Amino acid sequence: MYVEMKHINKSFGDYQAARDISFGVEQGKLVALLGPSGSGKTTILRMIAGLEHQDSGDVVIEGKVVNDIPAGERGIGFVFQNYALFRYMTVYENIAFGLKVQKKPKEQIHKRVMELVQLVGLEGLEKRYPDQLSGGQRQRVAFARALAPNPQLLLLDEPFAAIDAKVRKELRSWLKEMIAKVGITSIFVTHDQEEAVEVADEIIIINEGSLEQMGAPTEIYKKPKTSFVAQFIGTSSVLEDFSGFKGFEDAPKGRQAILRPEFVEAFKSDNEKFKSLISAAEEGVIREIAFRGSYLTLTLEVNGILLTANRSLERRPVSVGEKMCVLVYRAYILEEEDAHIYKNRMLEGVDVEAL
Amino acid sequence: MKKQKTTGREEKPWVRRLLIGISVVFFLIMLVFPLVEVLYRSLKDGLALYVEAITAKNTLSALRVTLIATVTAVAVNTFFGLCAAWLLTKFEFKGKQVLSALIDIPFSISPVIAGLAYIMTFGRMGWATPAIDWLNEVLGTDISLVFSVPGVVLATIFVTFPFVSRELIPVLQAQGSSEEEAAAMMGAKGFTIWRRVTFPHIRWALLYGIILCAARAIGEFGAVYAVSKARGKTFTLPLEIDALYMAGSADSITQAFAVSSLLVLLAVVMLILKQIVEHRGKREQ
Ligand SMILES: Nc1ncnc2c1ncn2[C@@H]1O[C@H](COP(=O)(O)OP(=O)(O)OP(=O)(O)O)[C@@H](O)[C@H]1O
Ligand SMILES: [Mg+2]
Repeated sequence: MYVEMKHINKSFGDYQAARDISFGVEQGKLVALLGPSGSGKTTILRMIAGLEHQDSGDVVIEGKVVNDIPAGERGIGFVFQNYALFRYMTVYENIAFGLKVQKKPKEQIHKRVMELVQLVGLEGLEKRYPDQLSGGQRQRVAFARALAPNPQLLLLDEPFAAIDAKVRKELRSWLKEMIAKVGITSIFVTHDQEEAVEVADEIIIINEGSLEQMGAPTEIYKKPKTSFVAQFIGTSSVLEDFSGFKGFEDAPKGRQAILRPEFVEAFKSDNEKFKSLISAAEEGVIREIAFRGSYLTLTLEVNGILLTANRSLERRPVSVGEKMCVLVYRAYILEEEDAHIYKNRMLEGVDVEAL
Repeated sequence: MKKQKTTGREEKPWVRRLLIGISVVFFLIMLVFPLVEVLYRSLKDGLALYVEAITAKNTLSALRVTLIATVTAVAVNTFFGLCAAWLLTKFEFKGKQVLSALIDIPFSISPVIAGLAYIMTFGRMGWATPAIDWLNEVLGTDISLVFSVPGVVLATIFVTFPFVSRELIPVLQAQGSSEEEAAAMMGAKGFTIWRRVTFPHIRWALLYGIILCAARAIGEFGAVYAVSKARGKTFTLPLEIDALYMAGSADSITQAFAVSSLLVLLAVVMLILKQIVEHRGKREQ
């Protein structure tokens, strides 16, 4: 493990912002800290950086406990949420700052700065001041500035938050590419799950100061361990009681269940493809149809419960009030803090993925 | 169609003219005429008397004391003002509100009271006198804090204390601390951070505070009046002017105006500096 947090606790007054946080990040990985606003992501990042000091627990970097090493000596590059560029310095001076502090010779500084300017594509803007740059350009400067002293670890706090939605997507792939090119271990904070899923190799989910789950995006998506993660990731609807459904008779009674649209299949009773599965399906009525641009989202009423399912535009048209067969492949049943996957028992032996 | 102006509020022309008129008349009566009068009176009896007045021994002594008091007050208050503003904006601690309020005391109490308080503390009967006597004995010096130049300096420092810190606090507050944190992350140490990151933000506000502080120090009357009784030794320019004027002879009154013109000159210089600093500061924002 390159970076390790071991049983970190941190309180602000009587508010506990981090509760027994432990995780490790392997060298070269790009990891996202994902969680709702106020969950403690920034606090965790700042503790790794040394800008905030934990009440208890250890921060380990490269096998060394760095609790007592000041921020400037941890070999970390930090991109701040609002970039915190030095307003009274030019782009060049901003990027050169860390090198000047290290008293590097002038030619070496110049070489490194120009190298970074080129890397992030800011050629010709070296003499500008931060307030003469666009949001995206500022982010590039902040990125270059953090990288200039050759840190071993890069931390980014909401690197895309200050950029408007259109440019954000572009910058996301740009940043991912840059980090891969430089090959630096990186941790970034975000509250946007799409961003985390798209950019990160691994995701750490934080809620109310606790670590809920850490894993690859697909793993978190497919196997949420806690009820929070099950609800937080993906678009999901929460059902109060699910035990009456066909194929889920053995699911515990009176528990909340989480269904994602992709867990639900709705088809017409004369559908050839699903003919063999019709016995596993419930009967439902379409209550609402929403057009999502490239697909439809159907709201179906089944046994008095509303479910949502997505439907490709390539399939036969449907209308509100129409009777449909509704097949539920699986569901997350919540028990206390945990989430368990239950598969439709009537589909046992059927290769669902081949459908 | 009538052209719409974008400024939402539109006053009638006569309202604007009336307001301008009132301001100008007020300005003339309260400021310009009296100042012109000072200059006119000071030169009324000829240039020779003017030169004589401003080169008189007492005047030069007063000018010296004024400059000493001003320079010291500016130096001390710049240093403490920076410390206090820094402390109040970058740290959280108990009693912050109290300290913040204490800094403003010189704004809210009469300078005469400040001077009297100094006499009570450091004068013959004051509780701090034994300590000062002891210090003088040990150091072999003869410092006295009332009815002496150090006393004048102290009183001036007191009344001009808030100017620098009050100018700095809003600027430091607005800046937040993330730029400093960014510099710290790159290994910069306290003083480097201060010099390269913080100072550029506050330099105009600092200069502005210094000018206000100096202007007030030059003109201070009440506080120094209380602690300064020796004409020709511890008098500042305002006290010297008062003494000349109070002497009551035609010549001495003219001399009082001549010395006043010196103060007016200093004030005008300060005003011009202040305008320049304000302008440059705004342009950089
Ligand atoms: N310096 C501080 N003093 C007191 N409370 C703080 C301080 N910093 C953070 N907190 C509190 O700790 C909690 C976690 O804050 P943090 O900034 O880590 O959240 P976050 O997950 O980064 O949120 P966001 O997505 O909104 O940036 C919040 O409730 C916040 O109010
Ligand atoms: Mg945050």
